[in-house]
Amino acid sequence: MNAPQAEKINLNQTSNQPKIKWKRKDLLGIAELDPAEIELILNTAESFKEISSREIKKVPTLRGKTVINLFFEPSTRTRTSFEIAAKRLSADAVNISTSSSSVVKGETLIDTAKNLEAMNPDCIVIRHSASGAPHLLARLMKVPIINAGDGAHEHPTQALLDLFTVREKLGHLAGLKIVIAGDILHSRVARSNIFGFLKMGAEVHLTGPRTMRPPEIEKLGVCWHTSLKEIIPEADVIMMLRLQLERQEGGFFPTLREYSRLFGLNMELMKETKPGVLIMHPGPINRGVEISPEVADGPFSVILDQVTNGVAVRMALLYLLVGGTE
Amino acid sequence: MKLIEKEIIMDKEEIERTLLRLTHEILERNKGIKDLVLIGIRTGGVYLAERMRAKITTIEKAQVPLGIIDITLYRDDFATGLPRPLVGKTEIPFPLKDKKVILIDDVLYTGRTVRAAMDALIDFGRPKFIQLAVLIDRGHRELPIQADYVGKKVTTLPEEDVQVYFREAGEEDRAVIRVRVS
Repeated sequence: MNAPQAEKINLNQTSNQPKIKWKRKDLLGIAELDPAEIELILNTAESFKEISSREIKKVPTLRGKTVINLFFEPSTRTRTSFEIAAKRLSADAVNISTSSSSVVKGETLIDTAKNLEAMNPDCIVIRHSASGAPHLLARLMKVPIINAGDGAHEHPTQALLDLFTVREKLGHLAGLKIVIAGDILHSRVARSNIFGFLKMGAEVHLTGPRTMRPPEIEKLGVCWHTSLKEIIPEADVIMMLRLQLERQEGGFFPTLREYSRLFGLNMELMKETKPGVLIMHPGPINRGVEISPEVADGPFSVILDQVTNGVAVRMALLYLLVGGTE
Repeated sequence: MKLIEKEIIMDKEEIERTLLRLTHEILERNKGIKDLVLIGIRTGGVYLAERMRAKITTIEKAQVPLGIIDITLYRDDFATGLPRPLVGKTEIPFPLKDKKVILIDDVLYTGRTVRAAMDALIDFGRPKFIQLAVLIDRGHRELPIQADYVGKKVTTLPEEDVQVYFREAGEEDRAVIRVRVS
C-alpha cells in the first residue's frame, strides 16, 4: 500500500500549485498526526467552508463515492455532520445505526465490517464504545476508516473542528492558553484536544472535580488546576465538557446542583475572563449544569460556529482520504 | 527528469501591452462595464484579472466586481490517483444572475480547466453569458472550448509545458515554454 508511485506527470495541471502531501489511509486519532498534517487539514477545511454558504451547496468532487456512517453509539450531531459533509461533496452517504441492525442479532464487529466492505464503500466512518475499534477495522480493511469517537480514547474530528474554530476566531494557535473543564476522565474529546492543541504549540490547562481527574495526566504536558476560577483570567479559550448525567450514580460528585455551583461556567465566572475569550463546548450542552444558558447563548460563545466548522472539517477529511493514492 | 525553460513567449512589456489590448477588446465588445464581472481562475487567472480590473478602473473611471474561482473540486481527474493540488478558496461575493462574466485564465490548453470553471460558475447563479479571456492559447484542445479574447496563440508540442510567471507570485513577469530533460 505504501509502494512509491511511479511519477506520472499530468501536464493538464497547473504545475505551480503545491501538491497535497496527505499520506494516511485512515484518520484514527490526533496523537499520531504531526503539526504539518493538522495544518493541511485546517487549510483544506478553510476552502470547504465557503461551499456551505452557497445557494447550491454542492461540489461534484466525490460523485459516485459511497461513505458509510457506522455508528454503534447514538449521535445526532456527529453523524448528521458527516452525512451532510459527504452529500455536499456529491457522495452517497449511508447511515447505519446499530440498534436497528443485525448487530442486535449478535453479529461481530469484524463480520459487520467485512460484509459492508463487500459492497465496495469508499470510506467508513465509525463510532464505537470500545477504544481501538476503528484501529481494528483499519488494519483489516482496505477502505479508509475515520474515527468518529472510540470509547474514551479519541474523537479526532471534534478536536480538528475545535482547532479550526480557535484558529479562525483568534488567528493563530501557538501560545494560546486553552482551558478544558469538566469530566476529563471519561472524555475522548478532551484527549484529542489535548493532543491537538499541544502539537500546535498552545498551552493546555485542565480543571474539574478531583474525582474526574485522570491519574498522572500531567505526563501529557498539561497543567491541572483545582478550580476554573484559578485559571480563568488567563484563558484564551474555555472549553466546557458535557457532564454525562449518569455519572452522578457513580459517586463522582454529590449532586448535579453542587457540580454546577463548583464546576459550572456561569456569568459570575465570566466577569473574570479576558476580553475576547472563546467559550466552547462539543455538545450537546446540559443547560444549567456545566454551562449556564446565559453563557451558552452569550456573545463569547462559539458553540454554534463549532458545529458549522464541523461540516467543513469533515468535508476536508473526506476529500483527503477518499480517492487517495492507490 | 526536470523541466527547463526552452523559449520565452512573452516578456514583461509584451504581457502588459497584451493585457491592455485585451482589456480594450472586452470593453469594446461589451460596450462598457454595465453588468460586467471579472472572474479569475486560480492562480494565474486571478493575477491577470486583478491587473485587468485595475486597467478598467483607469479607463472607465469605475470598478467592476472581481471574483476568484478555484476549480480543484471540479476537476475531472480526481479519481486518477495523481497527486492533487491544494484546494484554494473560491470567493464570489456577489450573485452571478444576469451578469456578463469574463472568465480569465493564463493558459488555454485542453480546455478541461475552463470546463470545470464553467461548471463551478453555474452553481453560483445563471449568468447572462460567459466570455473567456486567456493570455496564451497553446492549442491541443480535448474539449470543444474556445477563447473569445486571446493574448497570443502559440504552437506547442504536447510534451512541452507552457508556464506564465507573475510578479505577484514573486517571479519576473514572463510566459515561457518548458521542455523535459533528463
